[in-house]
Amino acid sequence: MFELLGIPPQVLFGQLLLGLINGSFYAVLSLGLAVIFGLLNIINFTHGAQYMLGAFGAWMLLNYLGVGYWWAVFIVPPIVGVTGIVLERVMIRRLYHLDHLYGLLLTFGLALIIVGFFRQFFGVSGLPYPPPPLLTGGYNLGFMYLPNSRAWVIVASLIVCLATWFIIEKTRLGAYLRAATENPTMVGAFGINVPLLVTLTYGFGVALAGFAGVLAAPIYAVNPNMGADLIIVVFAVVVIGGMGSILGSILTGFGLGLIEGLTRVFYPEGSAVVIFVIMALVLLVKPAGLFGRSV
Amino acid sequence: MTTDTNPIAMAAITSVGAAGMPRHHLAIFVALFVFLIAAPFLLYPIFVMKVLCFALFACAFNLLLGFGGLLSFGHAAYFGMASYVSAHAAKVWGLTPELAIIAGTLVAAVLGLAIGSLAIRRHGIYFAMVTLAFAQMIYFFSLQAAFTGGEDGIQAVPRGHLFGLIDLGSSEVLYFFVLAIFFAGILLIYRIIHSPFGQVLKAIRENEPRAISLGYRVNRYKLAVFVLSATLAGVAGATKAIVFQLASLTDVYWTMSGEVVLMTLLGGMGTVFGPIVGAAVIVTMQNYLATFGDWVTIGQGIIFVVAVLSFREGIVGVLAKWIRKPL
Repeated sequence: MFELLGIPPQVLFGQLLLGLINGSFYAVLSLGLAVIFGLLNIINFTHGAQYMLGAFGAWMLLNYLGVGYWWAVFIVPPIVGVTGIVLERVMIRRLYHLDHLYGLLLTFGLALIIVGFFRQFFGVSGLPYPPPPLLTGGYNLGFMYLPNSRAWVIVASLIVCLATWFIIEKTRLGAYLRAATENPTMVGAFGINVPLLVTLTYGFGVALAGFAGVLAAPIYAVNPNMGADLIIVVFAVVVIGGMGSILGSILTGFGLGLIEGLTRVFYPEGSAVVIFVIMALVLLVKPAGLFGRSV
Repeated sequence: MTTDTNPIAMAAITSVGAAGMPRHHLAIFVALFVFLIAAPFLLYPIFVMKVLCFALFACAFNLLLGFGGLLSFGHAAYFGMASYVSAHAAKVWGLTPELAIIAGTLVAAVLGLAIGSLAIRRHGIYFAMVTLAFAQMIYFFSLQAAFTGGEDGIQAVPRGHLFGLIDLGSSEVLYFFVLAIFFAGILLIYRIIHSPFGQVLKAIRENEPRAISLGYRVNRYKLAVFVLSATLAGVAGATKAIVFQLASLTDVYWTMSGEVVLMTLLGGMGTVFGPIVGAAVIVTMQNYLATFGDWVTIGQGIIFVVAVLSFREGIVGVLAKWIRKPL
């Protein structure tokens, strides 16, 4: 076998694959944040908790109702989305006329409550979620071994990301959404129910987080704290990419996952902080973010 | 400073500098001082010292949020890193407690300068996310660096002898040292708030483009208040390490950043005394609910939600409205 800079290809591609998986989660989560921020102008700090809810939703379906993974992929995201819609209707809605920072503080408090409850009732040790039979095997590609479960995560998140892009950029509903982002008063004057659009958008963004959670369940242990640290990295991803562009969010998410994977091969000690270092560099060179529009 | 020749800044000096401290503020400071002198004889001194450290931390944070209008979600970085450096200096280098605290404070100031100069390039929500992300970077650094002791933290930090003379081993003696630091800190913050510099900060908070058009170099003011806030948070963290003889990952984790936001929000952001009240309430709650595990987190979350939805002035803000005087 050939070697690259003294690194066996199995290790290199293995880490790149792991990086790509992390990147899938970064992409789906930052996409959800960007969609919500675009219309609601709030940063959804509850996003990490909602990702955790997705994973727990899948776990509960399996353990309480015996409903398997493939059903969970379709059932759980809408349920998590509906919990988001309730939060938006009952609480977040009351803050639109205030400084955006209050939205951040409110969603932070909600995240504490949700994560606190799950820690209280399920502990922090992590619950195993057995992968479904279809995802247990893998292919030997010659230069590396590709487990099915990992390939599925990458493919599924790519599909969801591109579908989201298509809905927002190419459909009539997406056109309403983009118009409402630019000027909600004007769109309302044309007879579009903007508050409903806002609620549905929040629900959709939250459902994306829930979807990421379901994908994560068989790969990582299902744990109440699983979203907390992840969401901070996703914030850094969002700062690097800027929230102006949907495709930008997707590209930045996957790209940073790959860079993180490469760092783990060549300088393992730096892998936890590499994204933050890139954020510092981007702030120095292009403060608006790679795909961002001013401020 | 070139801006001192500006007529607005001159006016600010005459209206604030000559009047001195309003009478009711003076009365509160005196009452607080008398109460805190008596406190160690009425309450458990370690508990009061914990409140004092967190009150100073919250006041430092409030300087940035309440008066600068900048929401940092990463103040644990300065608090925690100062705590590590102060603990390390006292334990490994064998410095006296006051020098250890100064060492921790200096590191917090340098860290504040580095992170602040990057973070002020973004506004609003992005500013909050950038500070949070950098604080997480400091957390990962603390997790891996050798001198922080990883998961164990730095334990059994000696309290030492103040100026090499006074033994701080007894909690009563240590208490008055901490009280002196606390009062020096909040009086300094009070002075900063009511200085011409503080007036410019409030102008920037209210209307940044107008402050720019008046000729103020807004970014310099923002950076200055960021560094001041980080430095004072460092004083609080460094003192805490000496009091509890411990520096750990808890001090540098994002939950700590959230707690200081909560203390300030609950007490009343933009008020002088609010953060002290907020810190006292939250620390007391943590003390009494400590045996209930995660209910502390849930309780904090509920306070956050209620405070944001229907109690945005905070406790002291509401009191100030009643007596119609700024507190």
